[in-house]
Amino acid sequence: MSGYPAELKKLIKAVEKTRPQRVEQSKKGESFAALTLEQRKIWLDKYHPDFKPSGKREVKVGPNKGDLLPEEVVDILESKSRVDAKTVDLKNVDIETDVLVIGGGGAGTAAALMAQEAGCNVVIATKLRHGDSNTVMAEGGIQGATQEPDSPFYHYLDVVGGGHFSNEPKLVAALTNDAPLIIKWLEDLGTMLDKEPDGRLKTRHGGGTSRKRMHSAGDMTGAEIMRVIRDEARNRSSQIKVIEFAPAVELILDDKGNCAGAILFDLETKEFIKVKAKSVIMATGGGGRLHIQGFACTNHYGATADGLVMAYRAGVRNVLMDSTQYHPTGAVYPEQNVGLLITEKVRGLGAQLLNIEGEQFCFPLEPRDIETTCIIKECTDIGKGVMTPIGRLGVWLDSPMIDMLHGEGTVRKELPAKYIQFIRHGIDISKEPMLIYPTLHYQNGGIEIMDQGDTTVPGFYSAGEATGGVHGRNRLMGNSLLDILVFGRRAGIAAAEHAKKVKNGKLTLSHVEDFEKELGKSGLKDAKEGPMLLPDYAPDDVKARQWKTMSV
Amino acid sequence: MSAKKKIQPVIACGDKTILPEGAKMIPLIIMGKEHMIPETLTVMKAIEYTGHQYTRGCGCRGGICGACGFFYRFEGDYKLKTGLACQTVAEPNMIITQLPFFPMKRTSFDIENLHATPDELIRMHYPEVFKCVGCGTCTRTCPMEIDVMGYVAAMKQGNIKKAAEKSFDCILCGLCASRCPAQISQPTAALMARRLSAKMLTPKAEHLESRAEEVKSGKYEGMLSDLTKMDEESLKELYLEREREPDLAKAGEWMPEDKSRL
Repeated sequence: MSGYPAELKKLIKAVEKTRPQRVEQSKKGESFAALTLEQRKIWLDKYHPDFKPSGKREVKVGPNKGDLLPEEVVDILESKSRVDAKTVDLKNVDIETDVLVIGGGGAGTAAALMAQEAGCNVVIATKLRHGDSNTVMAEGGIQGATQEPDSPFYHYLDVVGGGHFSNEPKLVAALTNDAPLIIKWLEDLGTMLDKEPDGRLKTRHGGGTSRKRMHSAGDMTGAEIMRVIRDEARNRSSQIKVIEFAPAVELILDDKGNCAGAILFDLETKEFIKVKAKSVIMATGGGGRLHIQGFACTNHYGATADGLVMAYRAGVRNVLMDSTQYHPTGAVYPEQNVGLLITEKVRGLGAQLLNIEGEQFCFPLEPRDIETTCIIKECTDIGKGVMTPIGRLGVWLDSPMIDMLHGEGTVRKELPAKYIQFIRHGIDISKEPMLIYPTLHYQNGGIEIMDQGDTTVPGFYSAGEATGGVHGRNRLMGNSLLDILVFGRRAGIAAAEHAKKVKNGKLTLSHVEDFEKELGKSGLKDAKEGPMLLPDYAPDDVKARQWKTMSV
Repeated sequence: MSAKKKIQPVIACGDKTILPEGAKMIPLIIMGKEHMIPETLTVMKAIEYTGHQYTRGCGCRGGICGACGFFYRFEGDYKLKTGLACQTVAEPNMIITQLPFFPMKRTSFDIENLHATPDELIRMHYPEVFKCVGCGTCTRTCPMEIDVMGYVAAMKQGNIKKAAEKSFDCILCGLCASRCPAQISQPTAALMARRLSAKMLTPKAEHLESRAEEVKSGKYEGMLSDLTKMDEESLKELYLEREREPDLAKAGEWMPEDKSRL
């Protein structure tokens, strides 16, 4: 493949010109000044997509009625059920288990392992394959205060400072307290964490950290964690059954108000499957594929926020759903890589962000939302962005600095996946910079939980990106892999305890009927069906020819 | 998505590809059936462009999950090629088929009760690696450019650490296993090798062990609980007072002035 076209190659000259001096400054520990807390606030209000008034509307029904949320989120919250609740016979179910886990990513799998260890039989129902999740895409690392100069105390401060003090305190305490235990758990399971020859864990800074506590497994930390814990779940397959390509579409409650199962839909055979369970854990992940405000996204194909919708109909509210994380560095060139996440590790290793003139315009390791606003500002108000041949805006991320700072071959060794993803298109990122722009990355808000992953509905738990509050309005890098494992494990343990005690009553879907009545009263009788399940990227002209759905 | 889209600064556009003005249409042959697609798209986006909605064969769309491995040939060419549909740019007259799943052998083991050396364990669980005929098809097939035959050879030599390191980039797409004349399931054998290597052949992190013990003893619960009750102003003060560990400090060597909360 061809690499950068001539017009971009010419612009790269400006980056190369300032590079030797910037590298010298970095070696001396000099850096571009970070914004003050006051500046951060002004920048956010003016440039962050969350704070713009457009693209939002008020929710008309359910536990969050009256809240102002992004249109795309409101659309799914106000959707109607995919099942006709009145006609479902719940006296006979198809599967019975102790714990039902909905979602087969990192949080769901961690929950399943813990519930199994507590002696329960577990069913994992997942929309795509076991492991298909945003977990596998988390590249940069996982935080945990494991080194001597660090402690959960400082981790806590970094988390709430990064989240602009909007986090749920008890959830942050759980997150940071358990972090070293999670890293230990991963080591014990046989995860290839990056280590020094004597066994000491390698750690780095991430945006907004005061201590170096970012652990990694190459630049595919999430993928390594997922393949290890999935393998472990397979080792325990006598008690952990996995049903793939069978997303849940509705929760089942009992007449005492407990959550008592779910209805699955087999995407391939088109059957509905009724599962009765003593506890249910919702671990369906985030909603990047809702494409809020039309942004590109870095998320997995299945990230459509299904869990939020089901929980909502069962009366569980969500928090902070007006807050979305834009990852500051998504690729904008070449076109095939658009939306592709460029891990923060690139900046952790010393690469700087530069405008069209090869000048720095921000501290490269600000918290993500701040970094995002700095880039948007540089490209819009200041007008010093770089334009790609088809008209996308971006700024340079100067990866060749990394080898100059840490020695020849560092890029290939520390960023093997990124290297491959660009060299395929003729761009050697150890020699040429990347073009990036913020991209939709993470759902900050979600289902409201307490510190054991429990919710306001007994027997109903949730963990991971599907939930909100842990990270407040902004998540630091390396805390999502931690979040899914901390709360996945806690939810698994709590769900197992509940399963041992509970005496379930008669199964019901009356909450779904009630919700649909409320929809009707609010003039939303003809709402689309939800949860969304899969995005549809067919072009408009093809869709116009898909007159109707036909069963053959 | 319209092929007539004007060139203008685009900041947000969802996941649909923006086509350059006058994009050239090229034939792509999906499982024997020809479709016209605009050039520059990845195979995955091209398949979606034709109106297909994925259930199988699509995952992370970022080259790391192994859902979208595919085989292709060009008309008239004997060579069989492979790639990931989300990472490979469609070319004219590619004849493609995806391989969303391939049956692979895996065996279970108890990671807490391993009563043999890693190389003995690999030999017990995956004896078929010794049937490798050294044809190199696996290596040529791998869309991640892994030296698959090389790590199989390392397993045969009993060098499990080397096998683990060489196979690290594996995304378990199964393309190599689908082509192996010795019927080896390389990805699952490699996954076991990596876990054994990390568990048994890599020194434990001593600082992690002692920190985990401190956490279990409840050492940090008090100070964390204090933080949860603190008002925002006091928290902000503490936040601003944090000392930042220097970027190039060696792990465990730098220590902050204030050691009272460690």
